[in-house]
Amino acid sequence: MLQRGTARRTFLQAGLCLCGCLAAGRAAGSAGLVEVAPGVLVRRGPDEEASAANGNGIANIGCIIGNDAVLVTDPGGSLADGQWLREEIRRRTQRPIRHVVVSHVHPDHCFGTGAFLDDAPEILGHHRLSAALAARGDYYQRQLVELLGDGAAGPVVLPTRAVGEDETVLDLGGRRIRLAAYATAHSDCDLVMLDEASGLLFPADLLFVGRVPSLDGSLSGWQAALGRLRATGAVRAVPGHGPTTVELGQAIGPLERYLAMLQDETRAALAAGRTMEEAIATVAMAERDHWALFDDYHGRNVTQAYKELEWE
Amino acid sequence: MGMNQNRRMACAGLVLAPLLAIAGPVLAAGGTDQEREERWQDLRQSIFGERPVEDGVGLITLEAPARALDAALVPLTIRIAPEQRDRVAAVHLVIDDNPSPYAARASFGPAGDPAVLRLRVRIDGYTNVHAVAETKDGRLFGTAAFVKASGGCSAPIGVSDEVAMQGMGEMKLRPGGPDTHGEATLLIRHPNFSGMQMNQLTRTYTPARYLDLVRISQGDQTVLELAGDISLASDPAIGFAYRPGEADAFTVLATDSDGGSWQESFPIPANTQ
Repeated sequence: MLQRGTARRTFLQAGLCLCGCLAAGRAAGSAGLVEVAPGVLVRRGPDEEASAANGNGIANIGCIIGNDAVLVTDPGGSLADGQWLREEIRRRTQRPIRHVVVSHVHPDHCFGTGAFLDDAPEILGHHRLSAALAARGDYYQRQLVELLGDGAAGPVVLPTRAVGEDETVLDLGGRRIRLAAYATAHSDCDLVMLDEASGLLFPADLLFVGRVPSLDGSLSGWQAALGRLRATGAVRAVPGHGPTTVELGQAIGPLERYLAMLQDETRAALAAGRTMEEAIATVAMAERDHWALFDDYHGRNVTQAYKELEWE
Repeated sequence: MGMNQNRRMACAGLVLAPLLAIAGPVLAAGGTDQEREERWQDLRQSIFGERPVEDGVGLITLEAPARALDAALVPLTIRIAPEQRDRVAAVHLVIDDNPSPYAARASFGPAGDPAVLRLRVRIDGYTNVHAVAETKDGRLFGTAAFVKASGGCSAPIGVSDEVAMQGMGEMKLRPGGPDTHGEATLLIRHPNFSGMQMNQLTRTYTPARYLDLVRISQGDQTVLELAGDISLASDPAIGFAYRPGEADAFTVLATDSDGGSWQESFPIPANTQ
């Protein structure tokens, strides 16, 4: 150790947002829940970074209502965002909230869970979500507290039910929901949900539409995951970021193109002996005009891609 | 000379360590220039004693991003002017406001070339980063860059400690590009736990475990000996330059603070010979 006595201080501040790590929420108020199919309500998250103004309500969140029960997914980006969602749900139905599905570990998707604890739902997540929240929850929470203040950030809530390799099927009363845990892609704990009644697929952040994707798992894994999304045969989907619903095949196209260019050009930079800095400045810049928040996330994506591919 | 020199370098590392137990107050993002200068003078004294650090213009440069894209992985490049290379024995990297500021010291052996050194580091807050060249006659020449970053030292590594530890000690050598001469990058898989990553389940910190020494040699000649610390990013990457030698392979020895030790050898890339 060059220097001893590292203080274990608490370091606040955010800086980097994985997927809008901190962006979101009160925009909730302005956006509102939209019924995108019978019994399926979605709030479109704005294409913004986390801020005190939006309360980290930047992801698409909502619920599915069955005859007997309500399923929430995602619960929101902060306690405040989750509370807003719960109020909106309660304005429409008094059926019990029995399930909260957390699509993955990023804060804009999971920090609203705390708003639903009084409903005593089962909280479902990928079988690796607990480990991911254990490793990152504290860090994310400190960033959120810094941005939103103590009360608004919300607790780190671990899932009570893990979705394993085998598909999990829920019944909301005349409405079956299928859940699948994907291999490492956008993150290492991406969960994909299908509502049989509406045919809507919920790929969460495996599908970014309009907002630049953020890579926090595996570039090649994400490309494979897009193939698996296609293979579901679903026609319409609720992306993690972007419009409330999209035509799945069409929406995958630009993301696939971005990831392929990121991969090809990072590989080419590595083959040419380019440094990480050179790669960051040059790779996939042709995509710049196609995505919101490109400058906020793209350089980081190149860094991730470079780190992954330099070991090939 | 090889063995003796290697031993001397290793010893120097041990002797240096206790000098660096500096726990000064870390400056907030809004620290004034004067506060930053005072901070640096404290650090300078702790690390180099009474030796002054002279203006390194014309001798050493530091390339760093003004704002880190990823505070846990900030790429830095330190260059020594070609005509000054033969004077330089070592390069020191200090990240002033990191909890453990003395991030790395690279000592160059007879097969080494101080022309370029690339490292990836964690940066915890808005801070000056100092690169200091030490000449063979013991003079110090410094340069600095201001970097805006936050939380790099406590940022989680991967998704779990278990995953972060996978393949620990694996290495890879990447040749430099066609427009470089005698450059390569050594990659080492290692989480380089900073001791500041907390596990939410157990409410405990993952103990610090980091690469403390990486020695790259050609035959019995040292290219580079890098003393590292918790400020090196996980999966450390060391971009370095070397002089053509008789040997046809690099040997690499890496050790960590937990007693881990890994050795590997790589053919010297043909296109850079």
